[in-house]
Amino acid sequence: MSTDKKHLAVAALRDGTVIDHIPAAALFKAVRILGLENTSKSLTIGNNLASGHLGTKGIIKIADTFFTDDVFNRIAVIAPTAVVNTIRNYEVVEKRRVSLPAVIEGIVKCPNPKCISNNEPMRTRFEASDSPEVTLRCHYCRRTVAGKDAEII
Amino acid sequence: MNSRSFVSIEDIGRPQIEALLDRAAFFEAHPDSRLLEGKLVATLFFEPSTRTRLSFETAVNRLGGRIIGFSDAATSSTSKGETLKDTIKMVANYADLIVMRHHLEGAARYATEVTDIPVVNAGDGANQHPSQTLLDLYSIRKTQGRLDNLTVAMVGDLKYGRTVHSLVQALRFYNPRFIFISSPELRMPEQYLQLCRDNGIEYEERSDFGADAINASDILYMTRVQRERFTDAMEYERVKNLYTLRNDMLAESKPTLRVLHPLPRINEIALDVDDNPKAYYFEQARNGVYARQAIITSALNIELPHDEH
Ligand SMILES: [Zn+2]
Repeated sequence: MSTDKKHLAVAALRDGTVIDHIPAAALFKAVRILGLENTSKSLTIGNNLASGHLGTKGIIKIADTFFTDDVFNRIAVIAPTAVVNTIRNYEVVEKRRVSLPAVIEGIVKCPNPKCISNNEPMRTRFEASDSPEVTLRCHYCRRTVAGKDAEII
Repeated sequence: MNSRSFVSIEDIGRPQIEALLDRAAFFEAHPDSRLLEGKLVATLFFEPSTRTRLSFETAVNRLGGRIIGFSDAATSSTSKGETLKDTIKMVANYADLIVMRHHLEGAARYATEVTDIPVVNAGDGANQHPSQTLLDLYSIRKTQGRLDNLTVAMVGDLKYGRTVHSLVQALRFYNPRFIFISSPELRMPEQYLQLCRDNGIEYEERSDFGADAINASDILYMTRVQRERFTDAMEYERVKNLYTLRNDMLAESKPTLRVLHPLPRINEIALDVDDNPKAYYFEQARNGVYARQAIITSALNIELPHDEH
C-alpha cells in the first residue's frame, strides 16, 4: 500500500480488522451489528472523515478481532460500500468489499407493527436485494424497508 | 418446516393453481366425498371471522373429517399470554392439519416454521387470504370457461383490499387486461402496478366508474369501500356512492360478464343487481367450499378417486 492516510491509520494496528468506507450515518449501526459495543479489545472509531465518493465516511478499527464473512456481510445492509481489511503483523493480508447476503436473520426489526415478528419472541428474517439500492423484504409480512432506514435490533 | 402448507398465493405457480382448481371442480361434482374420514382438522381463529370459518368447517364436514378449534382468541390460551408457537405446537399434537386466521401479518408463515403438520392460511391481517383468491379464480374459470386473456375491472378499495392484490398476483400467469377503478386515495399500490409492468400486463387506472369500462369487461370485481380508510369523513361520503354498481349500469355489458364481490357488501352493489343473471357473488361464496376442500385434501396429500364419469 502507498503512504496515504488510510495506510497510516491501518498501520497502527498489529493484528485485527479495519472496516473502512462506512457511510457516516451508518457507523454506529455498524458497530452494533458487529457486536463491538462491549468489546474489551482496543477499538478505534472515526467518523465524518473526508472521503472522495462518500462525502464523509466512518471507519472502525478493532484489535485482535476477526470476523467470519457471515458476520461482516451483515453490515452490507446499512453500509454496502464498506471495505474490510484483515491485518496480521501490520500487513493488510486481505481486503474485500462486503457483499449483501440473500437472507438477513436476526439483526433488523420489521417496520410493520402488525408483523408477527414484532409480537412473538422469534428471529426476524428478511430477503435482501441490492439493485439499485439495498432493500429488505420481511419474510413474514412482506413489508419492504430500505437498508439505510433499517432499524437494527 | 413443511412444504404442503398453503400460506400465500405468491408461493404457487400456474400448474399448482390449475391442479387446485381441477380438484375444486371434482368436489363440486362430488360434494360429499368421504376423503377426510378419520382425519382431524383444527380451525384456529385467533381473530373471529364467522364467514370464513363456516366455509372451512363445511368443507371439512362434507369430506367426513372432524374438527377441533376455537372461533375467537378470547376463548383460547392466547388470551393468557401463550405464544403462537406454543399454541401451534400443542395443537399439532392432536390434529392432522391446521387452518388458522390471525390478525398479525405473517402469522401463518411463522406457524409453518414451528410444526411439521400442514398449515392453511385463512387470512393473516392485511397480508394474504389465499383460499379467497382460489375461490375467485375458480369462479372466474367456471363462468368464463378459461382464465386466459380476460379483461378484469376491479372497483372500490384497491389500496387496502388484499383480495384484489392477491388476484392480480395470481392472474399474472394468464395475460389479463386490468381496469383499476378507484378514487385517487384508494389506488392500486405501486408494487402491484410494477408487477403488471414486469409481466407485460396491460392495465389502466381511472377514477370514474363509467359504462365504457363495464362494457369492456369480462369480470367486474367489486370491493368494499370502508369508512375507516378515510381520514376525511366528507371524502368518504362523496366517494362511497361513486363506486356503487346499480343494475341499469349493466345494460350494455357483455352477456358473459359476471359481477364478483368477496362479501360482505355494504352499499357497493345495489340490491337491484341481485336478480340480474350477471350477479355471481352468492355462487362465488358457495365455490369457496369447493376451493377449501381442494386446499385441505391437497395439503394432506390425499389422492382423488378416479372419476367414473
Ligand atoms: Zn414483517
